[in-house]
Amino acid sequence: MNAPFVMPALGPILPELVLAVGALVLVLIGALRGEKSYGLVNGLAFVVLALAAAALVAQPAGKVLVFGDSFSVDGFARIMKAIALLGSAVALVLSVDYLRRENLTRFEYPILIVLATLGMMMMISANDLIALYLGLELQSLAAYVIAAIHRDNVRSSEAGLKYFVLGALSSGMLLYGSSLVYGFAGTVSFPGIAAALQGQSSLGVILGLVFVSAGLAFKISAVPFHMWTPDVYEGAPTPVAAFFAAAPKVAAMAMTVRIFIVAFPGIVGDWRQIVVFISIASMALGAFAAIGQRNIKRLMAYSSIGHVGFALVGLAAGTAQGVNGVIVYMAIYVVMTLGTFAIILGMRRGDTYVETIDDLAGLSRSQPFMAYAFGAILFSLTGIPPLAGFFAKFYVFAAAIEAKLFALAVIGVVTSVVSAYYYLRIVKIMFFDEPAQSFSPLTPALKTVIAVSTIAIALFWLAPAPLVSAANAAARSLF
Amino acid sequence: MTQTLPNLLNDYLPLGIFIAVSGVIGLALLIAPFAVAFKSPDPEKLSAYECGFNAFDDARMKFDVRFYLVAILFIIFDLEVAFLFPWAVAYGDLGWAGFWSMMVFLGVLTIGFVYEWKKGALEWD
Repeated sequence: MNAPFVMPALGPILPELVLAVGALVLVLIGALRGEKSYGLVNGLAFVVLALAAAALVAQPAGKVLVFGDSFSVDGFARIMKAIALLGSAVALVLSVDYLRRENLTRFEYPILIVLATLGMMMMISANDLIALYLGLELQSLAAYVIAAIHRDNVRSSEAGLKYFVLGALSSGMLLYGSSLVYGFAGTVSFPGIAAALQGQSSLGVILGLVFVSAGLAFKISAVPFHMWTPDVYEGAPTPVAAFFAAAPKVAAMAMTVRIFIVAFPGIVGDWRQIVVFISIASMALGAFAAIGQRNIKRLMAYSSIGHVGFALVGLAAGTAQGVNGVIVYMAIYVVMTLGTFAIILGMRRGDTYVETIDDLAGLSRSQPFMAYAFGAILFSLTGIPPLAGFFAKFYVFAAAIEAKLFALAVIGVVTSVVSAYYYLRIVKIMFFDEPAQSFSPLTPALKTVIAVSTIAIALFWLAPAPLVSAANAAARSLF
Repeated sequence: MTQTLPNLLNDYLPLGIFIAVSGVIGLALLIAPFAVAFKSPDPEKLSAYECGFNAFDDARMKFDVRFYLVAILFIIFDLEVAFLFPWAVAYGDLGWAGFWSMMVFLGVLTIGFVYEWKKGALEWD
């Protein structure tokens, strides 16, 4: 019983350590220098994220398990963490100007982003149910607070509260499912669960799996657990919505993939039904519910629900090819989403931010750069070749067809066509409607993000190999 | 499985004694005042005791967020002590890894403490 308690190896978790220590140092700096330290803390938060990214890149290839196998550092974790770090850093870039104009320059904001990123990295690497829950809660708690960061604004407080209450509910379901899985499999470790379920599955495990799936579906905002998404995106400050739509979604998707592929490979038939259902439901709701939206943030919320559905098509395949599709999809989705939210943040007249679609009318005449970039991003979100969004959809649908999920692939393509209506409607409003009052010029930060994201989307077809082959290697590290 | 039922129950005997003793003490403290206390009632003394509020009022009233803050701070530091006790008892077996784990934990809490102090969470006015 008295096994010597040895110091665990800390090398493999260097990126997480950098973020954790960095966040604590930032808290101290913020506390000691007072309310005016936002600029300094924000700058240092970028440094912390960059150092974590450097530590991540410097990690040797191969798979390492640390902390009693509860934390897995493998190719899949590395690529998803890289995407999550990128998403967080760009969300932070997008927020600077907005926070200054809205007088929200609290030093807690960048610290909470760093802490949420730390939670995401733990979610991505978690190799047992307890580590997964810890990472998830660290990410979620930070997210609840930044949803309500504009606390004098009723809608921001409402968004934070809604997110918190529904998040607590979903955490409860996840925990209940985890306890059932633990009770019937006898272990919380993912490989251990896989070994315990070799060849047979008891009703208790299936029930646990259903509850775990419900909790996960909430975190990736898949139907039928999507209800919070439009309200939170609309109510939260726009850069916060940009953050929610990008990095946490990647992390939650990575965690979902890992738990299904690593912990339940023996009962693919059982969980495939669940994934296929939430995938179809998300794609359909994302396509139909977005049609009536007039608020661009709400529209993007429904769009993100639809995109999660598309990414789940790859997971439903349950193969390395499918996981490869999910990784490529999430990487491209993050780039498109950040580009879109940079445009939404550019919808500003003086000091007022507007967010209805009609405000974009005639944008091509007043701000051609913004209009053409947004047009490209919207075509990519629709999935029209040769833009990146097409390749994202192509890889997941190809995997689904290889796995003989023909109905799923067909429904996916059909809903994709439906969603083209509301994406292209924005293009029509921007290019063919009578101009509305024009926007203030874009800030350099927004301009850079929009330009980089548009170029990455438009020129992805020239060099898809680096991302696709990296995703391929990463996907195989899970099997 | 080797333990027979009476042995199993014997293990719980101290627990039974503790429950009995605490019951006796609790009842004694409740009953003794009826017999021995000096009585001089007035309306304030007879009303139900409630910290900071009127005892009978609308439950949906606003109350100061500082009560909540104090409660949360209390829980945090109470938990810290709850962790310190078993750590101190098992300290001999833990070695340096155990020592530094706790130091890191205390360090994180201290940083949180500095933050709340500087934010003025500990001042009532």
